[in-house]
Amino acid sequence: MHLDFSPEDLAFQQEVRTFIAENYPAELRGKQDEGDELSKEDFLSWHKVLAKKGWVAPAWPVEYGGTGWTATQRYIWSEETARADCIRLMPFGLSMVGPVIYTFGTAEQKAKYLPRILSGEDWWCQGYSEPGSGSDLASLRTKAVRDGDHYVVNGQKTWTTMAQHADWGFFLVRTDPDAKQQEGISFLLIDMKTPGITVRPIITLGGEHEVNEVWLEDVRVPVENRVYEENKGWTCAKFLLAHERTGIAGVAASKRGIEKVKTIARAEMDGDKPLIANAFFKRKIAELEMDLTALEFTELRSLAGESAGKGPGPESSLLKIKGSEIQQRLTELTLEAVGHYGAPYFRGFGDGDNEHPIGPDYAHRAAPTYFNTRKTTIYGGSNEIQRNIIAKMVLGL
Amino acid sequence: MDFSYTETQDMLRDTLARFLADTYDFETRKKMLLRPEGRDPGIWRALATELGILGAPFAEEHGGLGGGALENMIMMEELGKVIAIEPYLQTVVIGGGAMKRAPAAMADAVIPEIIAGNAVLAFAYAEPQGRYDLANIRTTAKADGAGYVLSGHKAVVYAAPWATHLLVTARTGGSVRERDGVELFLIDASLPGIVRRDYPTVDGFQASEIYFENVAIPGDAHVPGGIDLIELLADEATMAICGEACGVSRKLHEGTLDYIKQRKQFGQPIGKFQVLQHRMADMFVEMEQIASMALMGTLKLDLPAAERKAAVSLAKAKVARSINFVGQNAIQTHGGIGITVELAIGHYFKRGTMIENQFGSADFHLGRFEDLTLAA
Repeated sequence: MHLDFSPEDLAFQQEVRTFIAENYPAELRGKQDEGDELSKEDFLSWHKVLAKKGWVAPAWPVEYGGTGWTATQRYIWSEETARADCIRLMPFGLSMVGPVIYTFGTAEQKAKYLPRILSGEDWWCQGYSEPGSGSDLASLRTKAVRDGDHYVVNGQKTWTTMAQHADWGFFLVRTDPDAKQQEGISFLLIDMKTPGITVRPIITLGGEHEVNEVWLEDVRVPVENRVYEENKGWTCAKFLLAHERTGIAGVAASKRGIEKVKTIARAEMDGDKPLIANAFFKRKIAELEMDLTALEFTELRSLAGESAGKGPGPESSLLKIKGSEIQQRLTELTLEAVGHYGAPYFRGFGDGDNEHPIGPDYAHRAAPTYFNTRKTTIYGGSNEIQRNIIAKMVLGL
Repeated sequence: MDFSYTETQDMLRDTLARFLADTYDFETRKKMLLRPEGRDPGIWRALATELGILGAPFAEEHGGLGGGALENMIMMEELGKVIAIEPYLQTVVIGGGAMKRAPAAMADAVIPEIIAGNAVLAFAYAEPQGRYDLANIRTTAKADGAGYVLSGHKAVVYAAPWATHLLVTARTGGSVRERDGVELFLIDASLPGIVRRDYPTVDGFQASEIYFENVAIPGDAHVPGGIDLIELLADEATMAICGEACGVSRKLHEGTLDYIKQRKQFGQPIGKFQVLQHRMADMFVEMEQIASMALMGTLKLDLPAAERKAAVSLAKAKVARSINFVGQNAIQTHGGIGITVELAIGHYFKRGTMIENQFGSADFHLGRFEDLTLAA
């Protein structure tokens, strides 16, 4: 057991660095520095660069378009993309429905959907939560009734991230109202252009339009769009949630986040010294690094288990809990660091609006990001639910 | 010792609470924020004329109701309960506080205008480099004949877009961070050479960056008292926002309690889950301590400076920590809906968050307390 990278790993690391330096879209870098909200095209520009290179889905099996990297190489990849401050790829196709399709889908489904997820041609969204079914997801009521070779779907989904851009959505629907909750659910792929679908924006506390309500009214979905067996959709859902949880730790991004906080704390003055010389503030950064390192090595141990053949199990809840808490503390520390300039509200650059935001560049998204990041302990199975999972599945309570 | 409010104080609270219940519901507030000026000036007028309560903390000789810091705390708590976008802190607490200590001619001219609702004051004290140190000031007021010339940049001046007067801290001498040489001035907000950049704040208020470009101000704009007076005003303001934090935290707690009784998951109201019951109990504990510290600090505002500052700093540090806890847990307990602009809870959370660092973070105030009381 050791931590050293092999010569091959070091060569790979260099290859990755060079690739990012030469291929990361320059216009994206500019927008990130300005704190601008990113458009669909922005998200896709990096996706398409990676798709062309064949690096867009490192976790997928090689036969479906994965890279075949070792766990160490995947670790290097996430470290390097975070270090270079590359934007996160939208997870709904690559990390969520993609793995469900290659694990549970038919040969036709794999052939139809996987290449378009890899290429970025299809933008996916996730139709899981409903107004009455959040933590208690299995109580969902959106129903799908068979009519010949179609399902007719009626209901309402909510918190549907980036549905405003979506070409396709994967939906959990109730196909057997009489079965026990988990046993009457099916997993449907729905073309978002199908008549009867309405997407309405939900605006969040930082002023962002990330999430939506999705209304389905007599939406006709071909039966061939069902993944896995009828009424066995919960199996796909659970599989997907465990996958969603591992990525959610966000270790590499939080490392980058700590570097950003340090940069701010070196620029902000506290009397005649930079803020980073303030003993209280410095201690908070140190404590954050301590917790992030503990999380990192917990994740590495978990990944080592995965390469030894164990899939992501209930212990991924641990990664979700600690990862989300650390992300929140980072935004809290950033808001504290920027002092008075946390208060001005910067609405982003609208049409014809080129006035520079108030205060230092690093300050104007501090408060909105803090508000927005409260979501991390709520989404992907709230942290309360994660603790239930640990208590029940790991501890047997 | 007596912690009971007088009949007059109870009446003040009831009058304001009833008025705000009628005029300041969440939907109406939303519409106010969308107006070009970011508020409904009719509310301020009504507080002055219909209710006649802007005089609460002023002496009767100026047309006030004869109250002081406790009356300000009561007003701020009620305003906090509706997250009011009204310049009471800036105009009455800080501006009024300065005028009470100002030379008679200035006080006699300005206080009645505040009480009548005609004067709106904004406190231009913060600077981009200064953090929470009130003496970290680069803005200069250079003597020029009988008056002064004002130059510099003031940061994040709440209520400045509405202000008729600016209360400005500036340096007549000494170097940046030196206590000596920092002075206070009350000036007409429309003087030539004052350049403002206005913007909304994340908690729904309106504020400005203010650039003084060689602004000629008269000699009688000076409010004598130097840094000691400025610190007193900031301490009074700090306690006022602790009072506001009482109102904000009560609504955060109340809103969350209502929600967990109604919201059902797993076949029962989520309030039946012990983990959430304990969380609500912890929020209650923190909320009560906010009320205790707001009262403690307010009652100690009259003590000699060192004792006053120590008390205010302990109060603010505790209030900052507690409202952070109450706000974050209110959102967490609501789940996704708490993060949207649709429910009031998120707006209380935003204001609570901004109170944390306003007039000094928990770290700043714990540091000030240590410097004052924990010498080796």
